[in-house]
Amino acid sequence: MEFEAVIGLEVHVQLKTNSKMFCSCKNEYGGTQNSHVCPVCLGMPGVLPVPNQEAVTKTIQTGLMLGCHIAPRCKFDRKNYFYPDQPKNYQISQFDQPLCEGGGVPLNLFAFPKDVQNDPQVNFNKVIRLTRIHLEEDVAKSFHYDTSSGIDFNRAGTPLMEIVSEADIATPEEAYAYLTALRQILVYGGVSDADMEKGQMRCDVNISIRPKGQIEFGTKCELKNLNTISGVRRSLHSEIARQIEVVSAGGEIRQETRRWDDAKGQTFLMRIKEKAHDYRYFPDPDLLPLRTDQGLFAEAQTRVPELPQAKIKRLQSDYGVTEYQAGVLASEIAFANYFESAAQPAKNKVLIANFLLNDYLATSPDLTAIPIPPNYFTEISELVDSAKINSKQAKEVFAEMIASNKAPTAIVKEKGLEQVTDMGALEKWCDEAIVANDKSVADYKSGKLGAINALKGYVMKMSKGKANPSVIDEILIKKLTS
Amino acid sequence: MSLYTETITSLRSKLSAKEVSPREIVESLLKRIESVDPKIQGYLWMNAEEALQQADAADLSKPLGGIPIAIKDNLNVIGNPCTCASKILANYQALYDATVISKLREAGAILLGRTNMDEFAMGSSTENSSWGKTRNPWDIDRIPGGSSGGSAAVVGAHEAIASLGSDTGGSIRQPAALCGCVGMKPTYGRVSRYGLVAFASSLDQVGPFTKTIEDSALLTQVISGHDPRDNTSALQAAPDFLSDLKKGVKGMRLGVPKEYFVAGMDPQVEKGIRDAIQQLQSLGAEIVEVSLPHTEQATAVYYILATAEASANLARFDGVRYGHRASNPTDVLDLYGRSRAEGFGSEVKRRIILGTYVLSSGYYDAYYNRAQKVRQLITRDFTEAFKKCDAILTPTSPTAAFKIGEKSQDPLQMYLADIFTIAVNLAEVCGLSLPCGFTSEKLPIGLQIIGPKWGESAILRVGQAYEQSTSWHQQRPNL
Repeated sequence: MEFEAVIGLEVHVQLKTNSKMFCSCKNEYGGTQNSHVCPVCLGMPGVLPVPNQEAVTKTIQTGLMLGCHIAPRCKFDRKNYFYPDQPKNYQISQFDQPLCEGGGVPLNLFAFPKDVQNDPQVNFNKVIRLTRIHLEEDVAKSFHYDTSSGIDFNRAGTPLMEIVSEADIATPEEAYAYLTALRQILVYGGVSDADMEKGQMRCDVNISIRPKGQIEFGTKCELKNLNTISGVRRSLHSEIARQIEVVSAGGEIRQETRRWDDAKGQTFLMRIKEKAHDYRYFPDPDLLPLRTDQGLFAEAQTRVPELPQAKIKRLQSDYGVTEYQAGVLASEIAFANYFESAAQPAKNKVLIANFLLNDYLATSPDLTAIPIPPNYFTEISELVDSAKINSKQAKEVFAEMIASNKAPTAIVKEKGLEQVTDMGALEKWCDEAIVANDKSVADYKSGKLGAINALKGYVMKMSKGKANPSVIDEILIKKLTS
Repeated sequence: MSLYTETITSLRSKLSAKEVSPREIVESLLKRIESVDPKIQGYLWMNAEEALQQADAADLSKPLGGIPIAIKDNLNVIGNPCTCASKILANYQALYDATVISKLREAGAILLGRTNMDEFAMGSSTENSSWGKTRNPWDIDRIPGGSSGGSAAVVGAHEAIASLGSDTGGSIRQPAALCGCVGMKPTYGRVSRYGLVAFASSLDQVGPFTKTIEDSALLTQVISGHDPRDNTSALQAAPDFLSDLKKGVKGMRLGVPKEYFVAGMDPQVEKGIRDAIQQLQSLGAEIVEVSLPHTEQATAVYYILATAEASANLARFDGVRYGHRASNPTDVLDLYGRSRAEGFGSEVKRRIILGTYVLSSGYYDAYYNRAQKVRQLITRDFTEAFKKCDAILTPTSPTAAFKIGEKSQDPLQMYLADIFTIAVNLAEVCGLSLPCGFTSEKLPIGLQIIGPKWGESAILRVGQAYEQSTSWHQQRPNL
C-alpha cells in the first residue's frame, strides 16, 4: 500500500524588541543568568503586566506579510499550568481571539533543499496555509543537575509569536521549504532574527500518515527537539518511515510525543498523550482588550517591506540578472541589499552578480556578513568592464581583495596590472609588429587567420603584457585588412 | 484631647501652625497602640524606629506631610513584610513599593505599620488570618469585619489616623461600617493596583479608611491617578475631590434601591439607614426610588468570577522562588502540593478549588461565561439607576458586627455579609461607607453611598453633608 504524510507545524518565534513582553527588562539572548529580571517577569506578589506595543506591532506586521486577517480587537488570556519555568504558573497567551488568522507562506524553488531543486515531481510554488498567529510570553530556561534543577529567568517574558500552519505539508522537503521561506520573510521584516540555534525560532511538528487517497487523517504524533531546519527534514523522513513500518506490520499509531535524536537519526518516545490537558483559559483581567485599529495597524503597515518574491522579480528587471541569480541574491535580505548597493552605481550590473555568486561564494558561504565593502565589487567590475584589467587579472585582483581587504584600484596600481589603453602607443606597436613580421602578415592575408597571434604576441611583449588584448586585435585586423 | 484622636485635617493645621511635630504625633500613636492593640490586635508588624525617623524627615509642605498611615498587609512596602496574613508568605519581604505607597511617600506620609486581614483578602471577619483574630474596638468579643479588618479596627480604635485597605467585594466598606469609620472603595481603575497582591484582579481596588469624609477625600486624592504600570488604571486624571466637598446636597437626587431593603436585615440597621435617608432629605436632597433588579444574583456571580481569578492569581505561590517551601520534596509535584497544602488556610483552599472548578472545561460556559454575562446585567442596572439619581443610598452591611466564631463555621452565612457591597465591585462603580448610628448594643451602623463610575466627588459631597449634620463620627469606643 502506498502512504502519504500529513504534516502541520507550530513555530514559535521570539520577537526582536528592546524589552520583554510585559515588563521593561531587556530582551536579549545570553547574558549572565538571571540578570535580565524584575519583579514582573519573576512573578513576585502584586506585580502587573503591561503589554509591549512594539511586540504587538511586529506581530501585526508578520500577519500582514503573510496575508493574514488582522483582528481589529483581541484580548490576552491566561493559560493555566504549573511548571517551574513559568513564574506565575500561568502563561499570558491568546486563546480564542488571536491577533492574526488565515494567510499563508508561499514556497519557492530556492527555499527547497538543493538536492531536490531539479526534481520535476516537486511543486515549488505551493502555498502552505496558516491557521493563526498569536502573541504570548516565553517561559524561563530550566537546567537539570544530578539532584537539583536551576532556572534562568532571562528568557521568561520574551515576546513570542506562535505561528500555526494548516496540515498542508505533504513531504519533509515541503516542511523544510516552509520553514526556510517563513524564516526568510521574518528576517526580511526585521521582526525576528529567527536563529534556530539560539532558540529564536522553535518548531513542533505534528505528523500522521494515511493510505494515499484516504480523506480521514491518521493518528498524529508530535515531534520535539528540532533545532535545525535540516533536522526537521531528517526527523520527518525517519518518523514517516517508522509510522509506515508500524502500520504495514498491522500495528496502530498511538498519539504520542516523540523526541528527535539528531545524532542517532531516530525519534524516541517521550510520552503518550492520553487526554488533552485542561489549561482553563480565561481572559486575563490584568490586561484590557487590545485595539489594533487605533494606530497599531497603520504603523505595522508602514513596516511591511518588499517580500522575497517581489524582490526576485525586481532584481531581474532592474539589474538584468537571471531568475536563478535573483533567487540566490534574494535568499538573504542582507545579501540582496549588498548586491544592490554594489550594483546601483555600476555600469555592468550582471558582472557584479557574477562576481558575488561565482567568485565570492567560492570563498565563503556566508551571505550575511561579507567582510569587504560593496563598493569594492563596483570597482572591480568597472576595471574589467572598461578593459583596464583582463579576466585573468581580475581573478588575481579578486583573490587579493578578499585576502587583504584592499580596494581593487589600489591592488591594480600596487601590482602594476593596469592595461595600456593608450591608442597612440598601441597603434605604434602594431605598426612595428607588421613591419617586423612579414611572414605572419602574408600568412594572415592568405587566409591563415591564426597568424595574427604572432603579431599580438609581439605587441604584448612590447607593452610588457599590459596591452589590452581585445583592443590589439581590433587595431591589427583593421590595419591588415585595409 | 490626645493627638491620636485627631484627623488628618486637624493634625495638618496643627502641624502648619507648628503646634505639634510629626514626631509627637507618631509617639502619641505608638503609646496608644501599646496600650490598646494587645486588645484589638489590629497590627501585625510595626517598625517604630523607622516611623520616628520618617517623622523627623517629614516634609510638611506636602499634602500628607507628617501624617502616619497604617497599611494593609497585602500592599508591598519595600523591605517590610508582606504576608497577606498567610503562612505561605510568612517570611516574605517586599522587593518594591506599591504605586499607592510611592504616592503616599511623595505626599509626605509616614508609613506606620502593617495591619491584619483575612488571608489573601478572602473573608468578611478577619478571622481567616493566619496570625490571629483582630477585635472590634466597640466590642472586643466581636469581629471587626473584613477582609481589611485590621485597617478598620486601628482607625476605629484611634491607633491610626488613617489607613489603606483593599476592597474586592466590600473589604473596605463593610469593616469601616462595623468599626465606625469612613471607608472608600474608589471606581475600578481610579487607583493603581500595582503592588497590591491580587485576589480578584477585575474587582480589587485600594482605598482609604479615615475618621471623616474630608480625610477620605484627601487620602483618595493622593492615591488616585493613572499608573503606567497598571494596564487597567484609567488614563484620566483625578479631579480635585475637595473642591466640591462642601457644596451640600441641595438639589441632588439620591436613589434608594428597593431590592436593598429585604427581609433578613437587622431592624436596627434598617432603622439607622431610613433615618439617614430622612436626614439627607431634610438637608435638601430629593429621594427617588430606583431599582437594581439583579442584586440577588450578585453574590453568586461574585463567588464565580472572584474565585476563578484568584485560582490563577494564587498559582504563583508554589514554594519555588519565594515563600513557604515544603521540606525534602520528592519531586516538583510533591513540592507544589505540600508547599501549598501547608501554606494556605482552608478558606483560601476552598476558593482556589471553586475557581479551578468553574474554569474547567465543560463547566466554563455554565459558570464563568454565564457569570460574566450576568455581571454585565448588574453593570447595566447601575447605569440605568444613575440616569435617575446622582448617588444611591443603601446599608453597607445587613447586620452590625457579629460575634467572633458566630459565622466562621458557615461559609455561606459569611458570604452573605457582603450582599450590599459586592455589586459595586462587579459594576466597577465607587462606594463609601460612613457611620450613621449605633445599635442598642452600641455597635456602629454604616450607610453606604454608591456613585457612578468616576463619581467619587458626588458621594463624598453627600457623605460630607450627612456627616456634618450628625455627630456619629465623633463618638469614640471605650477601650
